[in-house]
Amino acid sequence: MDFSSLSPIALIFSIMIAATPLLFAAIGELVVEKSGVLNLGVEGMMIFGAIAGFATAVETGSPVMGIVGGAVGGALISMIFAVLTQYFLTNQVATGLGLTMFGLGIAALIGQPYSGIKPPSFPAFEITFLTEKAIKLDPMIPVSILLVAAVAFFLNKTRAGLVLRAVGENHDAAHSLGYNVTTIRLLAIGFGGACAGVGGAYLSLIRVPQWTEGMTAGAGWIALAIVVFSSWRPWWAVVGAYLFGGITILQLNLQALNIPIQSQYMAMTPYIVTIIVLVIISADKLKASLNAPASLGRVFHKSG
Amino acid sequence: MFKFELRPTPSKTMRAATPVLAVIATMIAGAILFSLLGKNPFEAIRVIFIDPLFDPFSRSELLVKASPLILIAIGLSLGFRAGIWNIGAEGQFIIGAITGGAMGLAFYGTSGVWLLPLMALAGALGGFLWAMIPAILRIKFNANEILVSLMLVYVATLLLSALVSGPLRDPDGFNFPESRTFHDSATLPILMAGTRVHAGVLISLFAVVVGYVLLERHVFGFHVKLTGSAPKAANFAGVKQNAMIAACLGISGALAGLAGMFEASGPVGQLVPSLPVGYGFTAIIVAFLGRLHPIGILAAGFVMALTYIGGETAQFSLGLPAAAISVFQGMLLFFLLAFDILVNYRIAPKRRVDATLKSAEEAS
Repeated sequence: MDFSSLSPIALIFSIMIAATPLLFAAIGELVVEKSGVLNLGVEGMMIFGAIAGFATAVETGSPVMGIVGGAVGGALISMIFAVLTQYFLTNQVATGLGLTMFGLGIAALIGQPYSGIKPPSFPAFEITFLTEKAIKLDPMIPVSILLVAAVAFFLNKTRAGLVLRAVGENHDAAHSLGYNVTTIRLLAIGFGGACAGVGGAYLSLIRVPQWTEGMTAGAGWIALAIVVFSSWRPWWAVVGAYLFGGITILQLNLQALNIPIQSQYMAMTPYIVTIIVLVIISADKLKASLNAPASLGRVFHKSG
Repeated sequence: MFKFELRPTPSKTMRAATPVLAVIATMIAGAILFSLLGKNPFEAIRVIFIDPLFDPFSRSELLVKASPLILIAIGLSLGFRAGIWNIGAEGQFIIGAITGGAMGLAFYGTSGVWLLPLMALAGALGGFLWAMIPAILRIKFNANEILVSLMLVYVATLLLSALVSGPLRDPDGFNFPESRTFHDSATLPILMAGTRVHAGVLISLFAVVVGYVLLERHVFGFHVKLTGSAPKAANFAGVKQNAMIAACLGISGALAGLAGMFEASGPVGQLVPSLPVGYGFTAIIVAFLGRLHPIGILAAGFVMALTYIGGETAQFSLGLPAAAISVFQGMLLFFLLAFDILVNYRIAPKRRVDATLKSAEEAS
């Protein structure tokens, strides 16, 4: 096998590019789950963010506006989930699934006139670090890391973060202390939606960059797995996202090396690794239950 | 203003009325959505929901499409009642098509009435084993069955694509990624001449009956409901949690696999990468729309089959993308879940606190 065609630095950068959309979606969902809500609609919010961002970028000619559009789109569509689960007290698993189906459909519907168009290209830093050829680093990669730092600080060092975690651990206790459980969860779900939307817009504007129907191809579900992998700790979400980004890039490169294995078997690896990682993380039942927010997925009804 | 007040007992009337309300609300919301997208909303609704009912071929197609949805949803409803979420029925469907279809291809050219039952068995077994992966990982390692079963959908899709461009490829097929078309003994008999209504439809109807007996008349159904509504009580009653997980995932996997085999040896007639069209996911909505009850699922299967056929027509007559149908399906699930609150809660005007307390005392 000939690995000489793979420059290690270029490889690292392509891993970062593959990992960043996952990281955005995962860090958003982490906050949502910390507030005690399980939103399985990440895939739907991501794909909606992808088309919302893409359409905004094409219409305004500004890729930065595209990212903003993705965030707004993701937050808006997440409000369907928020209103249903928080006010209509619906089952979170079923509602999240509905959001994914709805998101995939509505994105395809909106995206119909946008397929085959090239989006305005994203401004990138040119870096010539340890390589002969300049490597383009888009600013969203450092933004994603800063976002993780901000979330980690918010959850662990601020009062508001403590309240959010309290709501996630025991919503009845938080309610009796006078905190508005519903509002806090609405905000968390909106933040998660915005993050997933940015992740989607990153896919359609930077990583691919193009709009194709169903382009997220399970990235939202992998983001959900990354949250479990991280045991709800923000910095571990970075590790998880880069691990999955690494596997994706590795299998793509192996496919390009003409190994006599059918490409479909290579393409399975990210999904299989997700399962293996889930198994390893979940096997320690005590540890898993200590870290998981205690009210995760439970319906809160303010009675009296 | 108003608020939701817990009902003393769930309302039976609402339980029956909410699915109908949800379908109506979906049509209205769909009409609004289509007019926003610049399409004629009345035409879209007519093409998707009404026209298929008046065309004889479309009416027969209703049976063809409702059959896999009903079969899969019957299996899923057991798990959903017990709080076990098999989201990967689509994957089990694909594996069932592969194992059932491969059995048919293995005996290519051999005639005999034993072949179809053998293929059906292989399909059900394939789906069962594929569903056992999330079951065992959940039982042994506490891994979330939602994520595992869903990841396996992607794996199954890729596996189908790999097999039909590899070992199962038609040797005379000019390298197209598809298998041979099944020979007569491996093709499901057609029940009505001139249509695609196949013998699998009867099995789906039979599954409704078995599902009803199992859920409403058998102790297993009682245990399933108990596990879902009161896990601790179920534990005291001697229900084995692990066995319940294995049973629910296993049954739904086997039925999804069977549906996959029917699809391959019925309407499709060969193994192709485009064989799965999302029945496994739509069946989740069918299960909810049917209130997780076999008779309800039977009716819901036909409603969802209607949107499939209408959606196909809308693709060429209105130029809607195929995915538009999942917009409808998603909205239907939203409305269904939203209206569900009326089953357990009633809308009450917001009153002063003392009045509310008084009424609560009266209620208790």
